[in-house]
Amino acid sequence: MNQIKRIISKNAVPILFAIVCLLGVYYAQMPGQFLFMEIIKRMARNSFLVLSLIIPVVAGMGLNFGIVLGALAGQIALILSTHWEWSGIGGLGLTALLATPMAVLFGVLAGMVLNKAKGREMITGMVMGFFANGVYQFIFLFLVGTVIPFDNAALRISTSPGLRNTVNLSRLRGVLDNIWTVQYGFTKIPIVTFLVIALLAIAIWAFFKTKLGQDFRAVGQDRHIAGVAGIQTDRNRILAIVFSTVLAAWGQIIFLQNIGTLNTYNSHEQVGTFAIAALLIGGASVTKATIGQALMGTFLFHLLFVVSPSAGQAIFGSAQVGEYFRVFVAYGIIAISLALHAWRSKSLAKASMEEDVSA
Amino acid sequence: MSVPVLEMKKISKSFYGTQVLDNINLTVNEGEIHCLVGENGAGKSTLMNILFGMSVITDTGGYEGDILINGSKVAFNSPKAAIGAGIGMVHQEFMLLPGFTVAENIKLNREDTKPNPFSKIFGKKLETLNRKKMSADTRSALDKLGMNIDEWVTVAGLPVGYLQFVEIAREIDKENLQLLVLDEPTAVLTESEAKQFLEVVQKLARTGISILFITHRLDEVMAVADNITILKDGELVSSGPTESYTIAQMAELMVGRKVETSGRIGNVKSEKANEAVLEIRDLRVDMPGERLRGIDLDVYKGEILGIGGLAGHGKIALANGIMGLYASQGQVRYEGMDVPLNNPREALNLGLAFVSEDRRGVGLVLEDSIANNIVLTSMQTQNEFLKPGPLKLKDQKRIMAHALESIERFDIRCTGPEQIVRRLSGGNQQKVCIARAFTQNPKLFFVSEPTRGIDVGAKSRVLELIVELNRMGVTVVITSSELAELRSISDRIAIIYEGKLSGILAPDAPDVEYGLLMAGKSLEEVGIGERATN
Repeated sequence: MNQIKRIISKNAVPILFAIVCLLGVYYAQMPGQFLFMEIIKRMARNSFLVLSLIIPVVAGMGLNFGIVLGALAGQIALILSTHWEWSGIGGLGLTALLATPMAVLFGVLAGMVLNKAKGREMITGMVMGFFANGVYQFIFLFLVGTVIPFDNAALRISTSPGLRNTVNLSRLRGVLDNIWTVQYGFTKIPIVTFLVIALLAIAIWAFFKTKLGQDFRAVGQDRHIAGVAGIQTDRNRILAIVFSTVLAAWGQIIFLQNIGTLNTYNSHEQVGTFAIAALLIGGASVTKATIGQALMGTFLFHLLFVVSPSAGQAIFGSAQVGEYFRVFVAYGIIAISLALHAWRSKSLAKASMEEDVSA
Repeated sequence: MSVPVLEMKKISKSFYGTQVLDNINLTVNEGEIHCLVGENGAGKSTLMNILFGMSVITDTGGYEGDILINGSKVAFNSPKAAIGAGIGMVHQEFMLLPGFTVAENIKLNREDTKPNPFSKIFGKKLETLNRKKMSADTRSALDKLGMNIDEWVTVAGLPVGYLQFVEIAREIDKENLQLLVLDEPTAVLTESEAKQFLEVVQKLARTGISILFITHRLDEVMAVADNITILKDGELVSSGPTESYTIAQMAELMVGRKVETSGRIGNVKSEKANEAVLEIRDLRVDMPGERLRGIDLDVYKGEILGIGGLAGHGKIALANGIMGLYASQGQVRYEGMDVPLNNPREALNLGLAFVSEDRRGVGLVLEDSIANNIVLTSMQTQNEFLKPGPLKLKDQKRIMAHALESIERFDIRCTGPEQIVRRLSGGNQQKVCIARAFTQNPKLFFVSEPTRGIDVGAKSRVLELIVELNRMGVTVVITSSELAELRSISDRIAIIYEGKLSGILAPDAPDVEYGLLMAGKSLEEVGIGERATN
């Protein structure tokens, strides 16, 4: 009995959301085939981004809201690649390569800022994302076409400076997904994309078995003790953010090649919150995150996303309510997960006390 | 005679014109256990900081004199250089990562690795950890210490008493270790653990490692040291082989005045009615490493009740639980009223005061002044030291007056009431804690480990203060790892074993009875009737 209780209390968050998802699936009354297709599509699209959050959590820097910076690096590379008309899988690879130095630079800057805000990394990262968004808009909405000469009818707004609101990524659309797909029912499963995700998962797993990975873990546990042992804590923290930012840049490129259009001014906005919500739903916390939690969380979060409009229609008679529900869910989940995390650590303490009573 | 492992010659150091070390000589030979004793502030830490090339020394103009390792002159400019020369250090506070395993901690930042395809491209940092090798090395280091703990258990799950051994294992795993500095390693250990620890230290010394042992416990010095160096106020007052000293002499040399090392300070129990002022029923406290598993205990009005027991058995948790600092359940009644658990404020409002064993963590606001620390609790719970009016402004004048009075009364050595508490020595910090508890005018006073990590002189003063408080009519519950201390001031002593009450003894009960209770044997079991409860 206690065993079951402990398992439940340990996995309270994923279990709660699994129940909500099941209710949603029940009320949405969607055909299984459609549901399956949506989930496969969204898992392929989002898993990479969610996985990019793991390293900073282990390095003790909490949930990296700053992956927005990585997403921006990816988008800038995509804009340039569209401008230069790169195409095909080679073009996508080149885009990722182009995004990397930018992401490294952003990561180093972000890491340096976060080192000045130890213990407040999450809120700092979030605000940094807003700030970077402002700079990004300033560049692409104002500077492009005025200070920066940029003449490309496909990208520019014809009547004023700045980039178009949506950029068609037709040359890169689906180039990764479509290398090799397997048809199941009417779902095309993008095998290569999933292979890339699997490769990243294995790489993260292997990374934590290396010396550098061990250093990250040590810094994540206690900066002071790690420092006394001669580990360069600040440098390791910056490195962790750099890794995360680069992975987020690549993740955003994979995400957008699947979507096929870039919402110049919006695509990156909710990258951080959505990826973090997904990770938290998987049962991760501010101090602990695993690959399994990331993938499970991505699955549950997007299942809820898929079913919520129809469920809203069925329950409240309006799909619009379901739409609101999506956003509500994303932010609500973060709040609930953090609250549940606190509640769980308390109940664990209580459980161990009761254990004594029975002993 | 071979060349000494360490020679420190004519070491002097001053900070901004204040001489803190004057002409100190220290020699440690191979396999020697050398004890360095002295009050807090005598200069022991400064001497060790010099040896280790700490930045506090190098940044303040270095030192005068010479350090010789194996006969050749050295000047370390960083701890790393000192460690490279084969000097190891075990700090007073644990330097272990709780979520790491024993092996991972021992090998922290010295992990054995093996190359993999990626490391060949991206460098050594990406080499895979060689867990097999780490495990084997750890095993052999632990075996050398006679520890049979599993090398892959996480440190968080280990009893506190083991942590010190893990720290030593880490040091001896360093191949070239020739001198090990132990900075008050037994301060956090119980008597039995300390004994085991000292045996290990002696074993190490026999393998040829020299030990420089810093401690406050003079009986330990007598037990293990080959030679002793005594510092006082930055000067070397005496040095020589252990045989030439007695404990009383050492204590005298340390503090420069006669100190009573044993015997009751003399709280002779007067006619105190056995009227229970605090009734504890089935109290359970979830304090990590010190869990209390259901205890029934009455505290009588006006007495000093000692709480003893070995570390890890839950004696510390009693006060922490009642004061609401750790999650607890059960029933506690104070003067007939229920004490709400898990609510520090309510406990304070009822007139309970607490001096925590965790002086620096819970007891003090380290970055704040002495004055503010003294009045803090009274200000928060009793609205004292505030100007009249709705704004609750601090009454600085009264705070200062009270602080000055307290400083004098408790003999707090400081530059003034504005001094930051962090800068005080351990003993003076403790006096600030006690002054704050006095300020609350408590009716029931909990004090835990009041003399931990403070020097002999301050120790007896702190105990006297507790007795004084008791004479003013305050009931005192004192928790301590030092039995002699409990016996010197308590009326009754409750011994906790494995989270439960093992028995209650009179302070003058024979040692054997204390030993039995601490080992979990009930007195009836061995045919000794309970004597102290009536």
